[in-house]
Amino acid sequence: MNLMNKLILSTFAAGFLSVTVAQAADVVNVYSARKEALIKPLLDEFSASTGIEVNLVTGNADALLKRLQVEGSATEADLFITSDVGRLHRAKEAGVLKRVSLPVLENTIPQALKDSENYWYGLTLRARPIIYAKDRVDVGQLSTYEALAQPQWQARICLRSSQNVYNQSLVAAAIHAIGDQATQGWMEGMVNNLAKSPSGGDTDQLKAVAAGVCDVTIANTYYLARLINSSKTSDQAVAKRLAVFWPNQKGEGAAGRGAHFNVSGAAFTKHGKNHNEAKALLEYLASPKAQAWYAKINNEYPVVKGVKISPALKGFGDYKMDPIDLEILGLNNRQAIKLMDRAGWK
Amino acid sequence: MFKRHGLSAFAVVIAAFILLPVIVIGSYAVLADGALWQHLYETVLSEYLINSLKLLFGVGTGVLLLGVPTAWLTSMCSFPGRRWFSWALLLPLAMPAYIIAYTYTGILDYAGPVQSSIRELTGLGYGDYWFFEIRSMGGAIVMMSLVLYPYVYLLARSAFLEQSVNSIEVGCSLGYSRWRALWSLALPMARPAIIAGLSLALMETLADYGTVQYFGVSTFTTGIFRTFYGYGDTAAAAQLAVGLLAFVMLLVLLERYSRRRARYHSAVESKARADLIPLEGSKALIAFALCLSPLLLGFMIPTAQLLYWAIFEAQPLGWDFVELAWNSFSLAFMAAIIAVILAIILSYAKRNKPIKPIGSVIAISGFGYALPGTIIAIGVLIPLAWMDHSIITMFEGFGWDNPGLLLSGSLVALLFAYTVRFLAVALGSVQAGLEQIKPSLDHAGRSLGHSPWAILRQIHVPLMRSSILTAVLIVFVDVLKELPATLILRPFNFNTMAVRAYELASDERLVDAAPASIMIVLVGLIPVLLIHASISRRRPQ
Repeated sequence: MNLMNKLILSTFAAGFLSVTVAQAADVVNVYSARKEALIKPLLDEFSASTGIEVNLVTGNADALLKRLQVEGSATEADLFITSDVGRLHRAKEAGVLKRVSLPVLENTIPQALKDSENYWYGLTLRARPIIYAKDRVDVGQLSTYEALAQPQWQARICLRSSQNVYNQSLVAAAIHAIGDQATQGWMEGMVNNLAKSPSGGDTDQLKAVAAGVCDVTIANTYYLARLINSSKTSDQAVAKRLAVFWPNQKGEGAAGRGAHFNVSGAAFTKHGKNHNEAKALLEYLASPKAQAWYAKINNEYPVVKGVKISPALKGFGDYKMDPIDLEILGLNNRQAIKLMDRAGWK
Repeated sequence: MFKRHGLSAFAVVIAAFILLPVIVIGSYAVLADGALWQHLYETVLSEYLINSLKLLFGVGTGVLLLGVPTAWLTSMCSFPGRRWFSWALLLPLAMPAYIIAYTYTGILDYAGPVQSSIRELTGLGYGDYWFFEIRSMGGAIVMMSLVLYPYVYLLARSAFLEQSVNSIEVGCSLGYSRWRALWSLALPMARPAIIAGLSLALMETLADYGTVQYFGVSTFTTGIFRTFYGYGDTAAAAQLAVGLLAFVMLLVLLERYSRRRARYHSAVESKARADLIPLEGSKALIAFALCLSPLLLGFMIPTAQLLYWAIFEAQPLGWDFVELAWNSFSLAFMAAIIAVILAIILSYAKRNKPIKPIGSVIAISGFGYALPGTIIAIGVLIPLAWMDHSIITMFEGFGWDNPGLLLSGSLVALLFAYTVRFLAVALGSVQAGLEQIKPSLDHAGRSLGHSPWAILRQIHVPLMRSSILTAVLIVFVDVLKELPATLILRPFNFNTMAVRAYELASDERLVDAAPASIMIVLVGLIPVLLIHASISRRRPQ
């Protein structure tokens, strides 16, 4: 029993000691909703070149936001990184962000991809077009997101759950373009046209289209690019059956507003204590080198001009982006979910 | 006399502390303005409710059908493979529900190898042939039943094994057949254990998010997540969580009603083992098949698939897996020790002073098990951050350096959350163990002038060693698999195997998640095998 006691005690001691204290000199603490695999390599590189240590917690954006709110002035986090602009806006609304004007970033990041009051900065672009089965869809039939509500798509559409933030932002943009009523009508039409009840992620929808469960879906392009670049032949086979259609490119008004896109971005926390280090990290994340990494590793579109995009993305062609003020995606988020509930989009 | 009250008071203080997060959530629920509630009521609430009930009913039936017959067969009958099954049937306990769901989806959905080959071999297109849709309510019920039945199996089996052989023997000598003895004696006597296992499985079902979310089944719990994450409305999410607790109260009341005044310990001491009922021929084959199928479906097939992915297709884990494994292991170990010590104190206080208020307080302190980890995490975060702020203010008052977030930013938050979440598991096992000890032993100890503490340490703990060990090990496995609370509350640069598996899976890289998933299963196997050893040692075989 004595040995047991010692064992228990030493596990407790070692367990607690293994947690590093996030308060050393030259350090920046990051709350990130980007997955560890999609940010850690950049942070390591940053640490290696500047000597600034980066401490990281990843998680769901809303959970991290809640943590920031509850911690208040005592928070140890300096930077808040999300993979969706709606959550950056929500953080701004919650009063946990700090306005910081960074001349370097103001020159490189286009006005539309950052907060008008400098509360947050976009770091990568994510486009969400229509993706269809080459062998079963005549491209002439495709035109706009809204047209997917037409009866010709009966039992031919797959959609990811409305729980997903990318779909919520898509709907938030539609609310801005065509209003509440038309948006709800559009979604009701799409829900009627579903081939299967929404489940799984974007990749699952792509695989469903390739397998013949349905003929079209709406998905972020980097998921398709990942399948194209995959070393697995089954993934490549899926990708070969699919093609990207950029919707809402032609026509007047809402019909020609451009394809939906979203940004992942970063913001300073209001009570962050390591301002200079956080500034250095944010500038690094917007540097051509880091931007090229996003483009290469995760097939996202860079926000900085002149950075090369991946060959897979290049293959999807050029497109017109919806010039919506990104803040609106955040503002309309709750309304979007309400309308999705009403339209029966699970 | 003081000491007796002291124990009760101490138990109440512990229970209150454990209940703190639940109270925080409850107070949030009161604060909600009701506007969103109205919208939820009009649109999705009835679906959440109906789906949750279907899921509970389905999984409840599933775990009973899988757990009780296998427990009976392996403890009372003799057939080829019995010894092997008696421990192997526990293995699915090591498999997290969300991981078995991911794995079977990879095998069985439209893009998986099975359906792809059907299409290639027959030339049919999707929809031209019938195939079980894995991502459905039925799929969720099957997945959860397969990994949750070991709770019923474990508790039912140890109840069967601990039953005084005399009761069965007397039954038989009075002319009961062995099977009649099962229905009329063994099953009713094992009822508290079976119900305890069932309610653990059902609470786990209610709290599950990963599986139902992945399968696109909207339940109360996915509704809570949607309300909290999507609407960003903590108060309305808290209201839904309180609704979830109403379900749990129903379960607890049902359990208590089913036991009422019954006594489940035997008045006679007997450690003799009844002869096993020999099964031969087709009967033995049926028994073998009954035991093999849950094991095959709940463990062997998914493990084989995960191993295949991990070895042949996934990006290999780097050396940081050592750190991940250590983090998972040490957290689970610490949480298990804490939860079980608290469970012993609480159950003993109840036994020592079986008055209503204490019994109720203890029953309520196990409620955290049915709450989703996210909700518990929020309930833990709020009071701990408040305490941290007070500590910081105090330090500043003394002119000391800011100590940082000592509680909410450290492992304390995680361990607190795990205790709240998994105390019910420990309580179940410890209480069952304690109930099997005759009260006359307590009376004897007390009449010899020993304090309750001394009686607990010197009589009860040694007598229920195996129940205690079982409790430690189940909490250990549960913490190892826990995800949502870990994700929210962990300190900087601290990851576990579950977090790693989740991050890759939620980034839609299921195959790359396989190495971390298989590690969870393998580390989880160690305690599962220990549980078996501890139960078997109770009885000479």
